[in-house]
Amino acid sequence: METTTINNNFKSEEYFINMGPQHPATHGVLRLILTIDGEIIKKVEPDLGYIHRSIEKMCERDSYQQIVHLTDRMDYLSSHINNEAVCLTVENALELEVPDRVKVIRTIIGELTRIASHCLWWGVMGMDVGALTTYFYGFRDREMINDIFEETCGARLTMNYNVPGGLMFDIHPNFVKRTKDFITHFKTKIPEYDRLLTGNVIFQKRMKGVGILTREDAISFGASGPVGRGSGYSCDVRKHHPYSALDKVTFNEAIKTGGDSLARYEVRIQELWESLSIIEQLIDNIPGGEHRVTTKAVIKLPKGEFYQKVETARGEFGVYIISTGTKSPYRLKFRSPGFSNLSLLNHIAVGGKIGDLVATMATLDLVIPDIDR
Amino acid sequence: MTNEALQNLIGSWFPNPEAGKVSEVEVVKVSETEDDSEEKPKAQEPVNPSLLEFTKEESQFLNIIVKPGQLHSLMSQLKSNEQTHFDYLFCLSGVDWGEELGVVYHLESTSHRHSLVVKVKTKDREDPRFDSVCDIWATAEFHEREVLDFFGIKFSNHPNLKYLILTEDWEGFPLRKDYVDEINMIVK
Repeated sequence: METTTINNNFKSEEYFINMGPQHPATHGVLRLILTIDGEIIKKVEPDLGYIHRSIEKMCERDSYQQIVHLTDRMDYLSSHINNEAVCLTVENALELEVPDRVKVIRTIIGELTRIASHCLWWGVMGMDVGALTTYFYGFRDREMINDIFEETCGARLTMNYNVPGGLMFDIHPNFVKRTKDFITHFKTKIPEYDRLLTGNVIFQKRMKGVGILTREDAISFGASGPVGRGSGYSCDVRKHHPYSALDKVTFNEAIKTGGDSLARYEVRIQELWESLSIIEQLIDNIPGGEHRVTTKAVIKLPKGEFYQKVETARGEFGVYIISTGTKSPYRLKFRSPGFSNLSLLNHIAVGGKIGDLVATMATLDLVIPDIDR
Repeated sequence: MTNEALQNLIGSWFPNPEAGKVSEVEVVKVSETEDDSEEKPKAQEPVNPSLLEFTKEESQFLNIIVKPGQLHSLMSQLKSNEQTHFDYLFCLSGVDWGEELGVVYHLESTSHRHSLVVKVKTKDREDPRFDSVCDIWATAEFHEREVLDFFGIKFSNHPNLKYLILTEDWEGFPLRKDYVDEINMIVK
């Protein structure tokens, strides 16, 4: 990174500026207090709480079926995977074995969710570095997935498709065909993404060597998902702690060793291919049978502590439940990937310019309601 | 490493000098080991061979309950020791157990892939305070600030301990069980 030498006649002065909470590049209500010297960033201090809804406190009041719905409103781009995490925790605690059909459908929809989330990220990523076209390309492909979700789950964003014990409804008769159509369509579109943005010289210069995060720092800051894997840190929960049908499929964990913005970008592009491959392996072999096992109307977890981690589009999402044997958790903590990934923003942005901060933040793929739970 | 092996290894770091005082033979043994390392912290309660308390608590992880005084030395050993090497703090939660307030640390090793849960508790609800683990895991900085917001637990040696989510004039600690929600903001 270049540093400007200041003529001795002028004093270099640090001052604060606010970025957000209503700034388009923060993708939500996040306020960053920047300490800058000219255009060089000296310190980035996030100020949170603008969209905090105290979901953890609400969970202490609600039943386990109700909690599932609240998790949609955290990382809304990974809503299905968040729902799945709560359901898996409850099912593990009850020692409830769900049918294979449920596991496979959950995994397929989970990977579709990941692709949809990465499409949106890719669109706004381009927009953040000044390429407006990518936004429309990303949304065009995401729209197809949303249509599939709408048909099967009845919703496009906050899906509520999982319930403890299985799925709320069976899949729509068109689901398999439309998913296959999407795979065929999307396989021709990822190379288009590469042609449009990845190989672009201006884009490469904005990304290469910017926002460097070493592997040691990534682990220490609790980075997960594509942010950790861009630093060469193998942290895919789907590999290390497989859940649902993920132990039945083969896929490569996307790992890049660059540690810069470009590496994080490339990891997500490769993940699009891997997710497609996972769906392809499962879509023709959805086992028959029930789409849910009946549970009691009031679910009471046994006394104890339960933890389940899953891989959302942003990284490791954890659900930690302390139960005293009643119908609501005594304490429920969500470990959200965005919260840890935000904490390293100061570390990787210091010394860079404000324009690079926007680009770096885009590669962290932050969803603010996930951070402000 | 299996949970049993972890328990034996970690337990041996904090031997309880009071543990073997039942029989004369063992007293000699214990005093010998004491001479070798005088820096070992002194024990208060003669409960088990280790100053740490190991529990299962119907959890899938091995749980350790540590006294606030030994928290930081235990945590830094857990990370630096090559056999344990817990370099990934994946979850840090504040908990209000009614009488006691505390913090739960979920740890994982990225090289050995074993997990561990460390709990620290205090009965002091007026001024609860633990050592910060920010210098061991950088992720703790934000997580500890969040615990300060919602439980009012303070962390010594934290580089920037102030409210992260709540406004500075917020009264009370929302996730504590005795929090009075006067304007029905959260609960109903």
